[in-house]
Amino acid sequence: MTAAFAFLGLLHKGPSYGYDLKKAYDAVFGSEKPLAFGQVYATLGRLLRDKKIDAEGKEQLGGPERKRYAITDLGRQELQLWLGKPEAAHPGAQAALFVKVATAILIDESPEAFLDIQRAAHLQRMRELTKLRREGDLAQTLRADYALFHLEADLRWIDTTEARIKELTQEIQGERG
Amino acid sequence: MKEGRPLLRASGVHKSFGEVQALRGADLAVQPGEILAIMGPSGSGKSTLLHCLAGILVPEKGEVWLEDTKLNDLSEEARTKLRREQYGFVFQFGQLVPELTALENIALSLLLAGQKRSEAFAASEPWFDQLDIRGLENRRAGEISGGQAQRVALARALVLKPKVLFADEPTGSLDTLAGEKVMELLTKATKDQQTTVVLVTHDARVAAYADREVIVRDGVVTNVEGRTK
Repeated sequence: MTAAFAFLGLLHKGPSYGYDLKKAYDAVFGSEKPLAFGQVYATLGRLLRDKKIDAEGKEQLGGPERKRYAITDLGRQELQLWLGKPEAAHPGAQAALFVKVATAILIDESPEAFLDIQRAAHLQRMRELTKLRREGDLAQTLRADYALFHLEADLRWIDTTEARIKELTQEIQGERG
Repeated sequence: MKEGRPLLRASGVHKSFGEVQALRGADLAVQPGEILAIMGPSGSGKSTLLHCLAGILVPEKGEVWLEDTKLNDLSEEARTKLRREQYGFVFQFGQLVPELTALENIALSLLLAGQKRSEAFAASEPWFDQLDIRGLENRRAGEISGGQAQRVALARALVLKPKVLFADEPTGSLDTLAGEKVMELLTKATKDQQTTVVLVTHDARVAAYADREVIVRDGVVTNVEGRTK
């Protein structure tokens, strides 16, 4: 799911080929877990089906058929909506949070704005859990504590990432040439 | 929190320390009875904003209002009076007078406000139950734990029933459980007597006790709610 949005982010500045998109994705988002080619084309297929990207130019002289992909207006809208919506807190949230930060940088949006939205969503959940803890028994308190510590870890990541935005922007823009 | 006429308001506040611009046009409105957390990275200007709202610092530009009183226009003496009568303060540490007992520390605010000793002590008494520090009345600051000292400091800040309580990292020197206890008691006591709270913290667990939060970044307040799409 996040790979689809990462592709939209990579296509935001201009059309690209599947192979180049995979290379760019691995460089920006997937240094520890590169995308398999099968996943690249399956993701592009879903984006085409949903009209978030277009494919153009099938022929290449002396070589195999290559499609060039371009983001559509619908794709741009979906990307903006996704960036403006906080992630629900769950154990795998960190990966999605990183993709959002990196994608915001790719499309010259403010990653701080996204991090603020995410911080507000996490704090709202922490407020609910703090209230629950106040009203509940000890078992409920301990369960709420567990969730609160995990949310707090996410928030520390958000704060640290915000402090490193300048560095990350230089690195991502360097990867993209 | 329902938007109404704010109790406390900062508008376009600028404050510098030498070459360093701590606040660069900070805007903030605090509603009566709300607990507002001010968050932000170290050096972002959040404590400076609290000090401007509290009338401890005077901005070079911009305005700070408590209801119909513009703090910028007040003399140093008038601001001191306003702070003593309308505001309470809790800081990270080092607030209690070490030579005085817990009871004397709490009564101190009332004595400074001109109350008789017997009345000040009688008014301080109930706070030992309210803040769960009964039995510590005659202990001096050095003879109680950090968490207990913060609760004594909280009682001293609230005994005058201030309009606004300013708390700057009130649990910063405490462990998790002691910090939670302070925040539980602070929240309950201020809601009970309808004291508005402005709370500076970098700790999300502390901010979670607030009704809402704002972020200060590079001397400007970011309204997070306004950003939510």
